[in-house]
Amino acid sequence: MIFGSKKGPELNNRRVRYNDLRSYFTSYSMLIPFLSMFFIFTLVPIVSAIALSFSDFNMLELPSWVGWANYRRLIFEDDVLLIALKNTLIFAIITGPVSYIFAFVFAWLINEMPSKMRVLMTIIFYAPSVSGNVYFLWQYIFSSDSYGLVNGILISNGIIDEPILWFTDPNYNLIIIIIVQLWLSLGVSFLAFIAGLQSIDRTQYEAGAIDGIRNRFQELWHITLPNMKAMLLFGAVMQISGAFSVGTITQALSGGYMSVRYSTLTIINHMTDYGTVRYEMGYASAISVILFIMVYLSKKLVFRLLKW
Amino acid sequence: MLSAVKRKRIRVSKVKRLSRSPVTTFFLAFMLFVVGVFMALPMVYAVVSAFKPMEEFFVFPPRFFVINPTTDNFILMGQLMSSMWVSFERYLFNTLFVSGLSTLIYTFIAVLASYPLAKHRFPGSKVIRELIVTALMFTSAVTGVAQYIILARLRLINTYGALLLPSLASTMGVFLCMQNLTLVPDEMLESGKIDGAGEYRIWWSLVVPNIKPVVATIVIFQFQSVWNQTGHHLIFNEALKPLATALSQITSAGISRAGAGAAASLLLMIPPILVFIISQGKVMETMVNSGIKG
Repeated sequence: MIFGSKKGPELNNRRVRYNDLRSYFTSYSMLIPFLSMFFIFTLVPIVSAIALSFSDFNMLELPSWVGWANYRRLIFEDDVLLIALKNTLIFAIITGPVSYIFAFVFAWLINEMPSKMRVLMTIIFYAPSVSGNVYFLWQYIFSSDSYGLVNGILISNGIIDEPILWFTDPNYNLIIIIIVQLWLSLGVSFLAFIAGLQSIDRTQYEAGAIDGIRNRFQELWHITLPNMKAMLLFGAVMQISGAFSVGTITQALSGGYMSVRYSTLTIINHMTDYGTVRYEMGYASAISVILFIMVYLSKKLVFRLLKW
Repeated sequence: MLSAVKRKRIRVSKVKRLSRSPVTTFFLAFMLFVVGVFMALPMVYAVVSAFKPMEEFFVFPPRFFVINPTTDNFILMGQLMSSMWVSFERYLFNTLFVSGLSTLIYTFIAVLASYPLAKHRFPGSKVIRELIVTALMFTSAVTGVAQYIILARLRLINTYGALLLPSLASTMGVFLCMQNLTLVPDEMLESGKIDGAGEYRIWWSLVVPNIKPVVATIVIFQFQSVWNQTGHHLIFNEALKPLATALSQITSAGISRAGAGAAASLLLMIPPILVFIISQGKVMETMVNSGIKG
């Protein structure tokens, strides 16, 4: 039974109304603190970004309305956007599903371990996401001179003669950044999955054992996965939006919008280029709207495919 | 009668143990170990680099492990920090204050808001849910300008509020909590209602204890995201800047400060990991053998 629904025929209408109003009031009072923050600092900025996408705004003068001009330019004139779109799609299609599956598989594996090992393993797997800038370690590992770890090993074993410019060479940089991204991306959904696995009622497993569940994989399929549905859904939304908004790493490791032949330019980098370098905020906002539409449609598509 | 129940439980747990084959356990643990090494490697490298003397960064062939460990990097970092205008303690206090307060408030309001969103039906509930999930998909890269204007209007630029308030608007924790609440059975909440408990009471004594793992997860996410915030464009007063800003100046100096940079990053990682260990430890204690009771 859900609160606020009709209470039954024996109560007269007025009384029902009064009770409903009271329960609505309690619900709203619980929502207000978060909702006011959400409204001011998330919703209003998003709506104004969408509004700005129809304007010409250089952050010094007031924005002026230009209608669909930004979008026309985006679709018909911006060749670089196509490269950004292609790179972003490559990132999203590879890192999205792979890190989603990894996050669940490893959360499940860790949950199967004895409890002492669990905290340690959770830390090891989550640690890369803890610090904001640990990816700079990869800069040392894949350093482009012969002092870099990978170059050094390859040279001293005679595999290559001269150091490879890992982050500059378009033959390598995309794949290396995909590896770094995978390493970093376990974060949010992984921890959410761990929390979800911890919330499952243990007695269900005992009941399952009586009902003839023979091994872990049957347990996973018949008990764990159905209980994890809500968490898997959360993870999917997070992974989809995360996979499309790769940008900080490409910017830090290979230069993003300054990378050779735009080899690692992503939509986010393209947006930063227009927003913070060229001060074309209207155009940058239009790019962000396109990115949002991509994320939204991908979520719809994925959820339809998985029949959620 | 009681002993019969007890015997049954013991038998059940034996059946459960039988379904764990040691071969699969070993295989799964091995898989976990191999990937764990890959995950931990760059971290280990950070720790090792933090203790590397400068000349060992430039040996050929490069070595992964340190030969003559030194604390020079930490001393250099200390010198760099003490030569700044503002003392290290001040930066540390700023960060701890803002991230601690934000974590406390956000966890409270997010867990509170997710309860009616997941379990009550009221006018607008569906729209609000949709808005929260959809807002999650919009990149934060362009919303900064509007946020700045709002903060300026509220006269919050150059105060702790500029770091604190926007962090309370994060939608992820609410969404996560909402999803987890679908696992809490409605009958349990109804039973609280029949006992005459008000909604706030039900929330505190029935909802929150059953979703502890997720509450701990929200604590971790929030602390970590605010801890790593630099906020250069929001705070110009050096005395109010967070630690991450100060340390990012060291790491941005490149290879010549490689050791000090690694030392700084290492230092910056410790508090979030501590928060993680403490909150996870609490969860493990209470939830490990129970889970949500139906």
